[in-house]
Amino acid sequence: MFYREAGDFKTSYTDDSQTFPIKFDRIRYYAVLAVAFGIIPFIINDYWANAVVVPFLIYAIAAIGLNILTGYCGQVSLGTGGFMAVGAYACYKLMTSFPDVSIVFHVIGAGAITAFVGVLFGLPSLRIKGFYLAVATLAAQFFLVWLFNKVPWFYNYSASGQISAPERTVFNIAVTGPNTDAWAKYLICLVFVVAVAWIARNLTRGTVGRSWMAIRDMDIAAEIIGVNPLKAKMTAFAVSSFFIGISGALFFSVYLGAVEVGEAFGINKSFLVLFMVIIGGLGSIFGSFAGAAFLVILPVLLKNVLVGGMNWPIDIAAHLELMVVGGLIIIFLIAEPHGLAQLWRVTKEKLRLWPFPH
Amino acid sequence: MKDTTEGYVTADGRQIGGVLMEMKNITLQFGGVKAITDISFDIREGEIRAIIGPNGAGKSSMLNVISGFYVPTVGEVWFHGKKRPQMKPYQVAQQGIARTFQNIALFKGMSTLDNIMTGRMTMMNTNLVTQAMWWGKAQREESEHREKVEKIIDFLEIQAIRKTPVGRLPYGLQKRVELGRALAAEPKLLLLDEPMAGMNVEEKEDMSRFILDVNDEFGTTIALIEHDMGVVMDLSDRVVVMDYGKKIGDGTPDEVRNNQEVIDAYLGVEHD
Repeated sequence: MFYREAGDFKTSYTDDSQTFPIKFDRIRYYAVLAVAFGIIPFIINDYWANAVVVPFLIYAIAAIGLNILTGYCGQVSLGTGGFMAVGAYACYKLMTSFPDVSIVFHVIGAGAITAFVGVLFGLPSLRIKGFYLAVATLAAQFFLVWLFNKVPWFYNYSASGQISAPERTVFNIAVTGPNTDAWAKYLICLVFVVAVAWIARNLTRGTVGRSWMAIRDMDIAAEIIGVNPLKAKMTAFAVSSFFIGISGALFFSVYLGAVEVGEAFGINKSFLVLFMVIIGGLGSIFGSFAGAAFLVILPVLLKNVLVGGMNWPIDIAAHLELMVVGGLIIIFLIAEPHGLAQLWRVTKEKLRLWPFPH
Repeated sequence: MKDTTEGYVTADGRQIGGVLMEMKNITLQFGGVKAITDISFDIREGEIRAIIGPNGAGKSSMLNVISGFYVPTVGEVWFHGKKRPQMKPYQVAQQGIARTFQNIALFKGMSTLDNIMTGRMTMMNTNLVTQAMWWGKAQREESEHREKVEKIIDFLEIQAIRKTPVGRLPYGLQKRVELGRALAAEPKLLLLDEPMAGMNVEEKEDMSRFILDVNDEFGTTIALIEHDMGVVMDLSDRVVVMDYGKKIGDGTPDEVRNNQEVIDAYLGVEHD
């Protein structure tokens, strides 16, 4: 009943184009931010941080990145894992080469390097579309993983072939390495998530976003009305890879601490992030969060219910978990092919009229 | 042919200016198939120029040549008295040529407003970083262009569907939004590929009114392809008639109507 546009007058075009046009949404948004920054850091423990919240935040960054490329610009990519690996290794090299520079800059730098690599592998998109582009990005995935496995310079010639994050601090608080507190991990990821989501929203609502969506919806018409396809596609690849690189860097340095490339950034990761984007909703930033939450939290939830609640053996629970998640994905896609974001949109539209829909 | 340097006065008293665009001996060949054979004609400033002809005559190909989507095998395109070098379609758009499509080519996932805003793409130039921050110039530019777009929305009487995704709109409105998107570019030359295909009489009348108003209020030069002869004869100042890729007639609607070759092309020839 309080979810209404009525009485909330917009007097300028700037007001009219704001992200949350309804007052209730704005309040809810600030409430979520307040809880995320003000309450969760004080109550979070190691289990919740490592099993649920930190991976959710990091995958949300990756999903936003992929959503920009696939959901907004319509270029299918199966190279997400590879680009995350670029972010991770770039971050590692930067951390070990410039130990005095803050980790925050390393992560951003890793994103920039990944953006460059992404543009390089995005060049084929000027010639090929759809499934064929997917195959081309798949080549990027395998090539990058192979590269980080075979060239010892990338892992500083360590005997195990792994990379592991040295301890780094922000404001004298450890955020990487074994002595990191759960809340520090959580907070640094949260800051990056908020920044990435904010930038993504700004880009997608302006000219750049419209040029991406124009290319997605009808590339020939887009070109004829003045969208430069080269520029639109390359910016999409750059921005997308930038975010994916950041997520890869955080995944390695903050979340895992030590990484073996084939295991952490294999083709599975590419598919996982793609599923997040599809289930969450293509072309929606909220959808990226929803998809990441769905695929990160659901397995944990199922495991807790089956093993913790019903005392099933762990191996059977693990198998069942895969089946249930798979089944739910299919059900979701049949019920709502546009993903969780569309369900959310429909709910909001209904809420506007509730309780008198006629 | 009339003199190419001076303008002329139309039947309803509008002054038509000099030559805006001139097609010189255009031939377009796809492998062995000649879509257009040696066609020349001009489009004058402020004019409504129609291109007509039976199906497969090469009208849409001609429009595609003008908008830079096809490169003519032989021939030159002159625009503003200068020979146009080979260009990508988006560069042609930047020169002030906008168009609509025979089969609606709107961006289905975007709202009416966003579709029309996309039409102003060539005039917006904030960089990625200011966009990302949504600060200062990016926001200011967005509002400025929004104001212009709102004028077009008012002009086309589509205020109510401003925020509706265009995929949900009925056909006639989609056509109107597409016209709006082309108008948003403030084109010097507007190309309309069958703007009234598949419309009922009322929708056709609306669309005709908009086309005349665009020409009248903004002084936009219009080149249109249309099959409805009534509409063509009423709207256009001069007509090019094509058949099998060749030009068979060029002149005012009255001249064209009485041209024996044109009558033959449309009604067929008696073989004896």
